[in-house]
Amino acid sequence: MLPPIASEAGAAAAQSFEAGWLTRHVWLIPLLAVVSFVLTLLFGKRFKSGGTFFGVGLMGLALVLSTALGIEWMGRGHVALEEHSPAAAAATYRGTASGDEARPVGEVIEEAERTGLPKPTGSEEAGGEEHALPSGRLGVPMAESGGGGEEAAGGHAIEVRPYYEAEARWFAIGAVEVGFGFHVDGFAVLMLFTVCFISFLVHLFSTEYLRDDRRKTHYFASLGLFTAGMLLMVSSSTSLQLLLGWEIMGLCSFLLIGHWWEEDKNSNAALKAFFTTRTGDVGLLVGLSILFFGASQTFNIAKTNADAITGQIPSAWLLAAAIALFIACVGKSAQFPLHTWLPDAMAGPTPASALIHAATMVVAGVYMVGRFYPVFFSAFNIANNALGFNVIAVIGGITIIIAGLLAFVQQDIKKVLAYSTVSQLGYMVMGLGVGAWTGAIFHLFTHAFFKALLFMGAGSISHACWHSFDMRDFGGLRKHMPKTFLTFMIGTAALMGLPIFAGFWSKDEILLGAWTNGYRGTLFIVGCAGAALTCAYMTRVVYLTFWGDYKGPTTPDAIEHAQHAAHGHDDAHDEAADAHAPALVDATAYQEGAKASADPGVQAAAHATVQSERGPHDNEASHTADHHGDDPHGTVPLGGYPHESPWPITVPLIVLAVMSVVAGIINAPFFGLQFTHFSAIEAIVAAGVPEPAFNMTVAVISTLGALGGLALAYAWWFAGVRFGLEGLSRRNKLAGAGLRLLENKYYLDALYERIIVRGIKGPVATVVYWFNQNVLDGIVHATAWTARRSAAFTYDVLDQGVVDGTVNGVGTGAGGIGRGFKSMASGKVQQYAAYLLGGAAAGALVIFAITFNRS
Amino acid sequence: MNYLPQHIAFGLLAVMMTLSAIKVVTSKNVVHCALYLVMVLAGVAGIYILLAAEFLAAVQVLVYIGAIVVLFLFGIMLTRAPIGRSRGLDNDQRALAAMVGLAVAGLLTAVLLDGFGDQRINITEPQRSADVGLEIFQSYVIPFEVVSVLLLAALIGAVVLARRD
Amino acid sequence: MYLNQFLLLAAALFSIGVYGVLARRNGVLVLMSIELILNAVNINLVAFGAYHGQVAGQVFALFTVAVAAAEVGVGLAIVLLIYRNKRSIDLDQVAQMKG
Repeated sequence: MLPPIASEAGAAAAQSFEAGWLTRHVWLIPLLAVVSFVLTLLFGKRFKSGGTFFGVGLMGLALVLSTALGIEWMGRGHVALEEHSPAAAAATYRGTASGDEARPVGEVIEEAERTGLPKPTGSEEAGGEEHALPSGRLGVPMAESGGGGEEAAGGHAIEVRPYYEAEARWFAIGAVEVGFGFHVDGFAVLMLFTVCFISFLVHLFSTEYLRDDRRKTHYFASLGLFTAGMLLMVSSSTSLQLLLGWEIMGLCSFLLIGHWWEEDKNSNAALKAFFTTRTGDVGLLVGLSILFFGASQTFNIAKTNADAITGQIPSAWLLAAAIALFIACVGKSAQFPLHTWLPDAMAGPTPASALIHAATMVVAGVYMVGRFYPVFFSAFNIANNALGFNVIAVIGGITIIIAGLLAFVQQDIKKVLAYSTVSQLGYMVMGLGVGAWTGAIFHLFTHAFFKALLFMGAGSISHACWHSFDMRDFGGLRKHMPKTFLTFMIGTAALMGLPIFAGFWSKDEILLGAWTNGYRGTLFIVGCAGAALTCAYMTRVVYLTFWGDYKGPTTPDAIEHAQHAAHGHDDAHDEAADAHAPALVDATAYQEGAKASADPGVQAAAHATVQSERGPHDNEASHTADHHGDDPHGTVPLGGYPHESPWPITVPLIVLAVMSVVAGIINAPFFGLQFTHFSAIEAIVAAGVPEPAFNMTVAVISTLGALGGLALAYAWWFAGVRFGLEGLSRRNKLAGAGLRLLENKYYLDALYERIIVRGIKGPVATVVYWFNQNVLDGIVHATAWTARRSAAFTYDVLDQGVVDGTVNGVGTGAGGIGRGFKSMASGKVQQYAAYLLGGAAAGALVIFAITFNRS
Repeated sequence: MNYLPQHIAFGLLAVMMTLSAIKVVTSKNVVHCALYLVMVLAGVAGIYILLAAEFLAAVQVLVYIGAIVVLFLFGIMLTRAPIGRSRGLDNDQRALAAMVGLAVAGLLTAVLLDGFGDQRINITEPQRSADVGLEIFQSYVIPFEVVSVLLLAALIGAVVLARRD
Repeated sequence: MYLNQFLLLAAALFSIGVYGVLARRNGVLVLMSIELILNAVNINLVAFGAYHGQVAGQVFALFTVAVAAAEVGVGLAIVLLIYRNKRSIDLDQVAQMKG
């Protein structure tokens, strides 16, 4: 044991690494969000505003604190690589009374030697009250990559800041002690800033967007708790605490998606989100348990990661844990095949969608994988993978493509954005899968800004367009809403990954990782194709929304009609609606609306009429009473066009637009790669995650891919060049089937609801039945009939059977094979239990027999 | 120590418990089933005493025989189950159930014989109630609290489920 | 005393309980069979506690007793509810999950 660090406090290097005040008090940031939740819930109703200022004010304070924390973190002194004075890089802090334990870091250091990295100069010590943390100042040349072998770019060296960790005993069960504490490193600082930033803007945006909502107080309380859960999760030092934040978010997403629970559709969407993510949560519980028992019975994340790097966890356990944790990520981050909940989650208020998509919830899965990255990195052997793919990268790649394709057939602007989120999350997951850790979390960071911007932009449009989200109602809005238009365009450019904008830099890093880490084949192509898809569908959105002529209601009658719908099924006791008699609607019409709301029959009728005339609309219209009348900017009188939204909506848009431009530049090569302040965290560097340098070839390829997609979509939408493909889906059976497949979302929802949910009729049985009906029968036919029948055979089997069969057979085939299994699916619980126990016993007997013979 | 008296007591208890347990799952009379269950539970209390766990034996008698069996009898009365002999207490998958039961028994026996061959228990002194109490309230306070919350939840749940509304 | 004599007795009770859970049609009798299973587990806990000379086994057995009490309470409430809705506690008739 080395002498206590405190005795060397005089060393300049040690001083430069001393944890700052904010680093030591990082718990203040989640606490602010908790306070916001509690105050809003308890006292919100007493204020006329519903207590929204609690959330805005406290989240603003949290944003200030987290920004200061980021600055403090970046300001921690650099230590030159040559300085190898022992203990120079150790951080000291006063250990909490009960949490004083020496954290063995020997493993990390040994690992560093093993992988040929320069030996870290950090040291660890615990003596009395002073507690030195494991710290590695692992000087790693920029291009120390496993498979790539790129040259070091200008001799950049990654300075690993020692993380700061304070942990006290939470509770103990028998010999197992569970800690509660905070872990501050670059990743955590980055996430804290991002979450606070987005959350603050969402709060501000919501004050206007939900000004007249009758459950505004509960909404803001949920936002506060949601933010608190995410902040707690990203700053936690133990996996149990991470789980706590994770589950809080699950609860809050349920509350927010189902905020307008009066409509069945909304509460169903909330339930679907909750159950789908819970399916994945089982994986989290299992994975964390495996890691707990595998990693010397500790819940500490840093310790677990160190164990994973040094191979203290048996590789089979590690693999099982990695797969289980990844299932949790698939559920939470909406990856294929559990992505179906996210588009449905659009039923919630738009700002809540922005929060869910940009900074919390779906980001949590990616964050968790990033946080436990050494586990995945070792388990799947990501750096030197002989196969050229692994589960994580493949799932991410599939998600990129399928979500990108689905975005084309949506008419609802929010759903397009939702699928684009799914696709972008696929990028992050693929990035993690191919070893581009920095790229993935960088994309997480930049994506937060431009996706929040796009969602809020969509909210602003809808706010102006009588609460419609249907792009067929928009058009020509660039003339009417210049601020929204400009900011939306910036967000779109960032999402497309056009050079200079944020998305370019981060997407490029992911593709670069795929390029240099030995995933140069399909996965790289998938990444570029995804970029092209993104450009194409975003062009469609922009065209439909901002170009052409406005297609929504403009005459007083039509607007009144829309208004009528809005009030038609508002509850009669909706005070907010009563208080805000919209000036757009004249008094008679409003009275009619009120009358209608008093009479359920008329109400339903009015609703039905409007629904049938205007098609399925987002029902946001029915709940937020419109208030264009008292809008200070509302210069357009009755019967006008949509107009720009007021400042609480446009200011967040402008701020986010600025961030969407500059967020990417901080990791640009010509800006000194400032992002390494946050990405060079100890666990990642110690694990030997490669860090390739900027590669012009990759940048050019990905940009060309994006521009290609953009050009094609531009030609299609703007220039009207149809390539002779117009109406292809009607002329060509295959294309039609493809379209139907997309419109039905690959039948995944039908699969889950009809087949998995309703019992034994599993997909395997379906496939077997379909194979039997179409392929086997087809072969029998083919051999039996002579050659002159072969043309008919082609039609029957290939066209009717294979193409249609794939599409339609899934649903109908399930019923057929279900009858075969009907006797098994008797509905009797005890019979199921017998199969379960008998199967388990038989399986265990087999395992026992095998191991018994061996020993 | 040769533990002869203990062995004799164990043999008697084991035979009594096994036979009673079989009657619990095969008897044609619901009330008899409940009474056979009392025999099994009392036998378990006896086993606890053999294992020098006096406090637990007392709890077993109080909670299980005193409360849970009474609860079962109430359940039988409230659901108007046939008090006398009755057919139809078993469903039509007795053979399947027997197979599963035997498979489980075979598996457990094989694993136990393989795993614990001839390990012996040496009991020199009884484990005092004070030790149990200290252990609960020092090392296992959190699980204890969790269990109390669970009991509360079960109480509320049972009330909600069973009330007439 | 052998450790295995207790464990095997518990295994026997467990298997009998499994049979009862699977073969009984009356809801109350299924709950009784579950009690057999829980008691088998308790015997194991106490036997291992004695084997290792630790009190923890008994502590956990106590927790199991508490959980069993909760389980019986909720279980009987459910059986009562089924009885009220169907006028019978025949579990074969509770087949809403039929596919």
